[in-house]
Amino acid sequence: MSDATQNGPMLAADGRPLKASLRRALRRQKMRALMLIAPLLIFILITFIAPIADMLFRSVENNIVSDTLPRTVEALDDWEYASGETPGEPVFDAMFVDLFIAAERKEHTRLGSRLNYQETGISSLFRQTGRDVEDMAEVYEDQFDALNEIWRDGAFWAELMGDPDWFAEAQGAEDAGPRFRINDEMEDRLPRTAEAYRVFARFTQNEDEDNPASERPWPLVHAMLYADLTDGAAIDAYTGFGAEELTAAKEAVPGFEAPTYREAFLEVDEDWASVEMWGTIKAYSGEFTSGYFLNAVDRELTPHGIETLPSDQSVYLKLFWRTIWMSLTITFMTILLGYPVAYLLANLPMRKSSLLMILVLLPFWTSLLVRTSAWKVLLQQQGVINDILVWAGILSDSGRLVMINNQLGTIIAMTHILLPFMILPLYSVMATIPPSFVRASKSLGATNWTTFWRVYFPQSVPGIGAGSILVFILAIGYYITPALVGGTDGIFISNRIAYHISSSLNWGLAAALGSILLAAVLVLYWAYDRIVGIDNVKLG
Amino acid sequence: MANSDTNDGFVVFDRVQKSYDGENLVVKDLNLSIGRGEFLTMLGPSGSGKTTCLMMLAGFETATHGDILLGGQPINNIPPHKRGIGMVFQNYALFPHMTVGENLSFPLEVRKIAKSDREAKVKRALDMVQMGSFINRRPAQLSGGQQQRIALARALVFEPELVLMDEPLGALDKQLREHMQFEITRLAHDLGITTVYVTHDQTEALTMSDRVAVFDDGRIQQLDPPDVLYEEPKNSFVAQFIGENNTLEGVVKEMRGDVCTVELDGGEIIDAKPVNVAEAGQRTKVSIRPERVEYNKERLQEGAHTLKAEVLEFIYMGDIFRTRLRVAGNEEFVIKTRNAPDQVKLQRGQQIEIGWLPGDCRALDA
Repeated sequence: MSDATQNGPMLAADGRPLKASLRRALRRQKMRALMLIAPLLIFILITFIAPIADMLFRSVENNIVSDTLPRTVEALDDWEYASGETPGEPVFDAMFVDLFIAAERKEHTRLGSRLNYQETGISSLFRQTGRDVEDMAEVYEDQFDALNEIWRDGAFWAELMGDPDWFAEAQGAEDAGPRFRINDEMEDRLPRTAEAYRVFARFTQNEDEDNPASERPWPLVHAMLYADLTDGAAIDAYTGFGAEELTAAKEAVPGFEAPTYREAFLEVDEDWASVEMWGTIKAYSGEFTSGYFLNAVDRELTPHGIETLPSDQSVYLKLFWRTIWMSLTITFMTILLGYPVAYLLANLPMRKSSLLMILVLLPFWTSLLVRTSAWKVLLQQQGVINDILVWAGILSDSGRLVMINNQLGTIIAMTHILLPFMILPLYSVMATIPPSFVRASKSLGATNWTTFWRVYFPQSVPGIGAGSILVFILAIGYYITPALVGGTDGIFISNRIAYHISSSLNWGLAAALGSILLAAVLVLYWAYDRIVGIDNVKLG
Repeated sequence: MANSDTNDGFVVFDRVQKSYDGENLVVKDLNLSIGRGEFLTMLGPSGSGKTTCLMMLAGFETATHGDILLGGQPINNIPPHKRGIGMVFQNYALFPHMTVGENLSFPLEVRKIAKSDREAKVKRALDMVQMGSFINRRPAQLSGGQQQRIALARALVFEPELVLMDEPLGALDKQLREHMQFEITRLAHDLGITTVYVTHDQTEALTMSDRVAVFDDGRIQQLDPPDVLYEEPKNSFVAQFIGENNTLEGVVKEMRGDVCTVELDGGEIIDAKPVNVAEAGQRTKVSIRPERVEYNKERLQEGAHTLKAEVLEFIYMGDIFRTRLRVAGNEEFVIKTRNAPDQVKLQRGQQIEIGWLPGDCRALDA
């Protein structure tokens, strides 16, 4: 053939490379296939991949501290926990501004709760101080007020701090008015005041939907004006609007009563002097933190490094370990109980096996809650099983067995609930093992046991593998049953995750616990692949 | 070559019956004696009971009534793994999770044979089927024919005296099947093993066996060496089932010793050899093999009856010509003629006269 003798790539009849032609020919098919799976793909992306990615992100995400206290975090750069001293004035000054803004935005309690996970007491400290920062600032507002009534006039402030064009537009405008623009000159001359005013103006526009041109500014702006003026703000050369009032204020401020913020904070709460508290803020000031993961393995990120929690507080490692060994036990129990049933299913005549299959599937038609509750009725100390044992004289009335609200209860109930997930893959694999293998083995002289162990069992291993992976992965994340029959020592890590999601609202920790669980499953899956080989898993 | 003359009754079915549901008998009163070293084929259409007989012999089914004896001992109550019977299955039943070597070693291991002996025996068995170099392969890596050889080697490796084969060549293509037929008979005869072979392929049965038991409706219809079976079928089922056969229906007019006169349904009178017709007036099916029909008048025996025939179809098949005729109202009457230089090629629509030796024309039950 001439094709075989030519050099270079094989060409199609029209002279184009054969590979390109083939790709073109297959493109339509590929597109159609993609279109067919697109709904599922999108569904999975939205409901499965995205939540997992979000969970992984949440487990390390920590920008609440740097978002809420940006100035404080910056000021804390110069402070070392190891120095053993309370941070200096600049840090408290920054904290005052941050906390004032956070309090206006009502974000300080959220931050307090977040930091409270790491250091108890911070929550109430922030809540308390958040109420009092307003008072701290009002000291200055009142004094400026006393100096000149104009300092309480919103329009005056707006004209002073706002861009002249903006102010012209904003005056008398409805609702929020045009977007606030700062007066560049003021920004140079009174930087902190300008910043505080801008925050106020933006907040007023965005949150309250009011026009800053007619709103009285926050006391924070007065406090900042005081700070700028005492720092020697360059207003001498200023001749624009309000120059007169500013000059007068500059002359007056040295006489103001002005406690430092540090003093003010300490007056609110002694804890502001706590090195631990500041150390915690600094330790969690990064955008990302390993803190949640450390918590999830009973460690803690403290100002002086990573510490192991005392044993009375360490719960998670124990829970992880318990979740894994109990899941393994449950998996093993389902193999033990499910194997003979699957064998019968695969080998009984059609009519009998159909009936048996219905019995196996029956639990699927019953609510999980009903089944779990049924186990409560059966297993409790005044329950059916204990009653029968006592009635039969096997147990004395005082010696009733404790079979529920402990690990045994969880194992029994979950083995029952997960049994079909073992039986079905086992059955589907066993159904494909031809009976002639067993006959061949017997004809070759093998006893029933040898035939089972050396011929039948190895061929059913893919079913055991598939069933085990299914049951184990379901078990490791099980939640309802352990919560209902597990008591305190029969609960799983997922119950703890649920607690953090719905009760303690520590989603970061819940995400970290979930991520570790996910990683554990993946590691086990990998180990399984190495030992048994994932090719050896068959669902039918 | 063993045959019925030297039959020492190595395997005996004594009035064996088998029923699965307690209502219908799958095997009805089976009596069969197989000699040591004999190659016996159970041939029959599906549902005729042949496989059930094999399974009873292997021990996978129990006889409802009667005894099965192996080497003089009744084996009804011996479990299959203690019978020491080699078996080759239709789908080979090679264990997919074991290599070829492990598959062959398996029957030796369960017999607790020492490792060195095992290796030697496995190697010998593999060499016997020319598969020595495949010892470390898995069954899935082998072709159908190769798997078949391994299955054969596995059934033979523990040196059983009796080997059962359940349609072992059914899944192979024609050429390979013919080759394996030869291999299996060669091995069976070389090793002197008694073989019971089940098939529904009559060519296979004829070419391989010492004797063939034709099964139908749970009974052995005829048990004879292949040549007897083909040339002297005892009833119309066997005549139909073995080889190609032309049937003409009619009524026996007269019995004259080993010749009878039959009046066909179309009114023609022919002579035939009575096989299982007893008296005049009985309905009969007259059976003639296609290759025994002659249309060249010079070759016809003096005094033989001839019939008029019309050529409906002439098929050139290389070595033979196959001609379909209308004879006495039967449009499926086929004759086969050898492709010899002087042979006449018949034309469609041609009117001819055909005839045969009365001895080749057998009057069977209707």
